[in-house]
Amino acid sequence: MSTMLAVENLSVSFPTRTGMIEAVRGISFSLGRERLGIVGESGSGKSQTGRAIMGLTPPNALISADSLEFDGIDLLNAPPQLRRDLRGNRIAMILQDPKYSLNPVMSIGRQIVETLRTHGNVGKAEARDRALAMLEAVQIRDARRVYDLYPHEVSGGMGQRAMIAMMLIAGPELLIADEPTSALDVTVQLDILGILDRLVRERGMGLIFISHDLRLVSSFCDRVIVMYAGRIVEELPATELANAEHPYTRGLLNCMPEIGVGRHPLPVLDRRPEWAL
Amino acid sequence: MNSALSIDRLEVAYDHFRALKGVSLDVAAGESFGLVGESGSGKSTLLRAVAGLAPVSGGTIIVNGEKLGDRRDKAFYREVQMVFQDPYGSLHPRQTVDRLLLEPLVIHGFKDIEPRIIRALDEVGLGSGFRFRYSHQLSGGQRQRVAIARALILEPSILLLDEPTSALDASVQAEVLNLLEQVRRDRRLTFVMVSHDLAVITHMCDRLMVMQDGEEVERLSAPDLSARRVTKDYTRNLLVASEGFRRTA
Amino acid sequence: MSLATMTRRDWLLSERPQSRMQARLGRTYVTWRRFSANRLALAGLAIIVALLIVAALADVISPHSPVIGDLRGSRLLPPGPEHWLGTDGQGRDILSRLIHGSRLTLFVVVLVAIIAAPVGLLVGTVAGYAGGWTDAILMRITDIFLAFPKLILALAFVAALGPGIENAVLAIAITSWPPYARIARAETMTVRNSDYIAAVRLMGASPLRIVILHIMPLCISSLIVRVTLDMAGIILTAAGLGFLGLGAQPPLPEWGAMIADGRRFILDQWWVAAAPGAAILIVSLGFNLLGDGLRDALDPRGGGQ
Repeated sequence: MSTMLAVENLSVSFPTRTGMIEAVRGISFSLGRERLGIVGESGSGKSQTGRAIMGLTPPNALISADSLEFDGIDLLNAPPQLRRDLRGNRIAMILQDPKYSLNPVMSIGRQIVETLRTHGNVGKAEARDRALAMLEAVQIRDARRVYDLYPHEVSGGMGQRAMIAMMLIAGPELLIADEPTSALDVTVQLDILGILDRLVRERGMGLIFISHDLRLVSSFCDRVIVMYAGRIVEELPATELANAEHPYTRGLLNCMPEIGVGRHPLPVLDRRPEWAL
Repeated sequence: MNSALSIDRLEVAYDHFRALKGVSLDVAAGESFGLVGESGSGKSTLLRAVAGLAPVSGGTIIVNGEKLGDRRDKAFYREVQMVFQDPYGSLHPRQTVDRLLLEPLVIHGFKDIEPRIIRALDEVGLGSGFRFRYSHQLSGGQRQRVAIARALILEPSILLLDEPTSALDASVQAEVLNLLEQVRRDRRLTFVMVSHDLAVITHMCDRLMVMQDGEEVERLSAPDLSARRVTKDYTRNLLVASEGFRRTA
Repeated sequence: MSLATMTRRDWLLSERPQSRMQARLGRTYVTWRRFSANRLALAGLAIIVALLIVAALADVISPHSPVIGDLRGSRLLPPGPEHWLGTDGQGRDILSRLIHGSRLTLFVVVLVAIIAAPVGLLVGTVAGYAGGWTDAILMRITDIFLAFPKLILALAFVAALGPGIENAVLAIAITSWPPYARIARAETMTVRNSDYIAAVRLMGASPLRIVILHIMPLCISSLIVRVTLDMAGIILTAAGLGFLGLGAQPPLPEWGAMIADGRRFILDQWWVAAAPGAAILIVSLGFNLLGDGLRDALDPRGGGQ
């Protein structure tokens, strides 16, 4: 399997009045054309990892890495123009809440067309046709109607579909999805995951799926990275989750209530200081 | 059956939108009752209607044998308290934990304020070190513990829980759920709990109602659900969805 | 020494305050640190503090009498060693008049703030929280006041009440509360449906208690900022009334009235009008800088984390 993204010893830290906060502390992994899950609780650094790859880290943060390479391009030292070209064109990102990532004063169709036209030399009519086709590809039934709607006029699930359509229209090779379904109802969540799954398979994209939900990630991804306090504590194939070795992974799996398994009280996570070392 | 909360054909309407379309339910004293549904199902609206935070347009609510009117009196709030979903939004941003817990005691004219605040913090496992912190100095789980302490300080008999753990990390959720079970046991409380998470509801509740679009879908007992004895397709869909993603070839 | 200050700082910034007092002081200290990080805001504060000191010590530090001048020997003298800022048309020392005038300026500014801000706060929070008819009536009244230009309305009030500094204060106060009511209402609307207000309602708190104890504290910081920024406008309105002869009456050394006096000599004896003009400029600037700094320091959105 060819490596598309190689991350070597990546660190992200934020200077504050009280000292440096290290959000990500020297993590390494690589990604091919596969679905990689990054799991962790709030503050584990999972989102900052995704943002660092995307180049969306806040300007006051310090990023260092032995290497951060996408398809042979050194992302850390790439000129801003090149990074902008990569972003949206070859690397795309889906965020948790479509409400905040879609432009509220532009219709959904126009936003998708804009994305397409900024990244390629595409005629108006062709852009429109491709946007409609993309909306259909994310299983929006009435694509022509949705095309002219504004983000506040659609439901959360529909908004997230539109967001995915917008992100995938330029045909990226790598998709980073940061909690793409956490704000959605469970049934809608599965639809969205189904769409993502199909698109990743059909287009041969690499996917980084960032989530707090260990079970969901393991049911969706090929490989899972578990993060704790800015470090990777465990990396394993999704099917092997039941055999996880690190006590944190096991604790995280264990502490969720399960239908048909009555455990009172629920086992709680006994956080060991040495995990964070 | 000695019922703590009895709701009959409750209707709630916001302007012209009917959020709740004639839902009835009966919760026995000491029971833990769950409401499950997706967004827009009306489950939170039902809790808010009981608490007096939603405009009731029809039907009756009876709490501990007393029919509620449009206005809730102080005595009502001694019986019924609520814990909200978002721990970041339910604590006043300019008040210390001490002040938050003091307010209900002052309103209801309690005399032994000091020991009550200390006991309330101990009960939710926070201890006095947290007493003079502001809410922004607390983590999500700690905030939710403060919210639970605030709800319990008036010693209510019914606790309304509106997705109390959905904004928390899984490990913190386990701690808060355990705490809730503990206080229910200790104080013989009646719970009405709302969640979108079937697993959380079956874990916490004896009986539950599945809701959709402001109406009841079906009523189940926790053992029924555990054994997958459900009759409605909608509930079955929820059950399947809660098991995670399944790849279609 | 450094050890003692370090520990005091740690005590103030403690994550686990031991008492109400420590929590409050700690919060104040954090706000102060945010404020003092802004140089311009500190400059503004320095100007206002200087104004306060000058006003308090006016009798001691002014070299001459502010009201009695030597009409024969010292009319319209240019700035010099005897009269630092020169003398006016009646031979009075301008510096002394400015120093004493600072009292009048403070009197006007403080009184207007004390009258207008609470009225605006009360009207705005009550309207915002109650909604419905109460809101409609209170806000239409506010709109009526807002519809008139401030100075014109103040003029009308002074014309009706008679000239004089007290009436000028009253007129300015009456015309300056509506913006505060608008701000307070807007702030109230954003918090009234929040869960923490719902939680207080569930404690059985009365609407009045919720408005006064839980909503007002949230509106106060933006109101303080707005009032501070308005101070400059208040000074100018007072000066404008004084200039038109409807504010402070002679021989009171009110700055606006002083400019009006100097108008007659503005081409040949420019200092007579320039000195009070500069005083107004500096104090207005001071209040504006202070207000800007307070806005950054007190912003509830920045106050969270």
